[in-house]
Amino acid sequence: MFYVLNEKLMRENNAIRVEQLTKRFGDFTAVDAISFEVQRGEIFGFLGANGAGKTTAMRMLCGLSSPTSGVASVAGFDVYKQAESIKRNIGYMSQKFSLYEDLTVKENIRFYAGIYGKSDQFIKNKTGLILDQLHLQNETNKLVRSLPLGWKQKLAFSVAIFHEPQIVFLDEPTGGVDPVTRREFWSMIYQAAESGITVFVTTHYMDEAEYCNRVSIMVDGRIDALDTPQQLKKTYEVNSMGDVFLKLARKATRSE
Amino acid sequence: MIMEKFPGDIDFKNRSGVVTINNIIKQYGKKKEVVSALQGVSFEVGRGELFGIIGPDGAGKTSLFRILTTLLLADGGHATVDGLDVVKDYKQIRNRVGYMPGRFSLYQDLTVAENLNFFATIFNTTIEKNYDLVKDIYSQIEPFKNRRAGKLSGGMKQKLALSCALIHRPAVLFLDEPTTGVDAVSRKEFWEMLKRLKQQGITILVSTAYMDEASLCDRVALIQSGKILSVNTPAGIINEFQKTLVAVKANNMISLLNDLKKFKGQADSYPFGEYHHVVMKEGNTETDLKNYLQHLSYHDSEVKTIIPDIEDCFMSLMKN
Repeated sequence: MFYVLNEKLMRENNAIRVEQLTKRFGDFTAVDAISFEVQRGEIFGFLGANGAGKTTAMRMLCGLSSPTSGVASVAGFDVYKQAESIKRNIGYMSQKFSLYEDLTVKENIRFYAGIYGKSDQFIKNKTGLILDQLHLQNETNKLVRSLPLGWKQKLAFSVAIFHEPQIVFLDEPTGGVDPVTRREFWSMIYQAAESGITVFVTTHYMDEAEYCNRVSIMVDGRIDALDTPQQLKKTYEVNSMGDVFLKLARKATRSE
Repeated sequence: MIMEKFPGDIDFKNRSGVVTINNIIKQYGKKKEVVSALQGVSFEVGRGELFGIIGPDGAGKTSLFRILTTLLLADGGHATVDGLDVVKDYKQIRNRVGYMPGRFSLYQDLTVAENLNFFATIFNTTIEKNYDLVKDIYSQIEPFKNRRAGKLSGGMKQKLALSCALIHRPAVLFLDEPTTGVDAVSRKEFWEMLKRLKQQGITILVSTAYMDEASLCDRVALIQSGKILSVNTPAGIINEFQKTLVAVKANNMISLLNDLKKFKGQADSYPFGEYHHVVMKEGNTETDLKNYLQHLSYHDSEVKTIIPDIEDCFMSLMKN
């Protein structure tokens, strides 16, 4: 009885739970029995060198790719059996693809919100709110293509969490963004986390690793380190997350 | 018949810069929605320099590279590469520059060796003739020389692209964002490769959005929204930062940032990795900030005056 209760509590506190998750392509093991948990409202940094297996792992967690073996639940749903429920309960944004360039700001918002089945009233109210926050009131009918990259990325993030998902996956969201906008973007991440959204983020900027509550580092398909930035620096006896990363990723024997 | 000059056979007279850029302007789009990609950019790059063009996406880096490699015409200003005019002498320039675009643009269905051979042949030379120049880089992918370029990993593609850009022994090498999307370890290795190339006397212009790569260049131009913010050595850029910069950390970094922003002696406060950075107004010191935090009962805080990073300088220039 006590055990069952505990397990239920754990499930409620964990936005993501992964155990021995593995993905093989032929005889290549892209993701090699990784295990970790991400707590609700946590900002979780998911680092690793190119080719370490980050993208494959993320695709499994987003319900886009079925694991070879292992257990994983995201937002309380099973990655094998409930992939569609996962998709409805998460948000996703990447540097490479985020918004439709040939749709306007407003059209992009309406399109994404519509896909997630939000009502017209909800869309209308929230669109106004977001445009105010981003100071985009005068750009509503502009094509996204014409916006500066920094604005685009901030808008893309707002769109990714528009349907109020439990978890948002951010794949290198700040790549190429100027240093001022990069920090504004992170202040948006903090706001989202404060509102209870769990943030799962990859980045190549090592200063951004410091902004995460906990950071995992993947090497050759495995998670070789997982801890708070502070503890990681202590464990590896270095002064910066950049050095922690270099120390671990140097051991990698495979590349992208 | 006009004999084309070859690299090494260059008139140095009155030419201090191997690349000179003078008030270059480039706009895209029609009347209604004109985008100014370059708004009067000027600087010079000296022979043998490893020169960085540092700025975020959309700053105008690629437009500038395409103008210098004669692939795009500027709307105003003029530029020379290796003493030749980018408009008038475009054919000769193409013989003398190596260009690695941001997007992988080799032939995916040719093998590694075929690609390299193709580029050597186009420039009327052979792999054997210039092997010494590419050896350091090409030898790393030579074991896979019969693999199609499309099947290479990201890191190997980059090495092949660099080999192909070098195989005709260019006087100037243009690398457009070679390290974008590349992890910290591979980025480090790539810069070590550039350092060795520089020792072979090649002038290198490299663009990047990673501010931390500025310190690896001889000189840099910081660029934002089509305008040059500053051109200097990395140390020179840091020297231009006249204000006092203080790094602060405490247990609760979020409330600390809010409190720092309320401090009257600060001109700007922002997160910077493990610490927050506070740019002080003139006349304010680390001690003033310490007293302020003491007053707010931050007993666990660490406060220290630091030398700014290129990123601090970039942000300060951006906001001015």
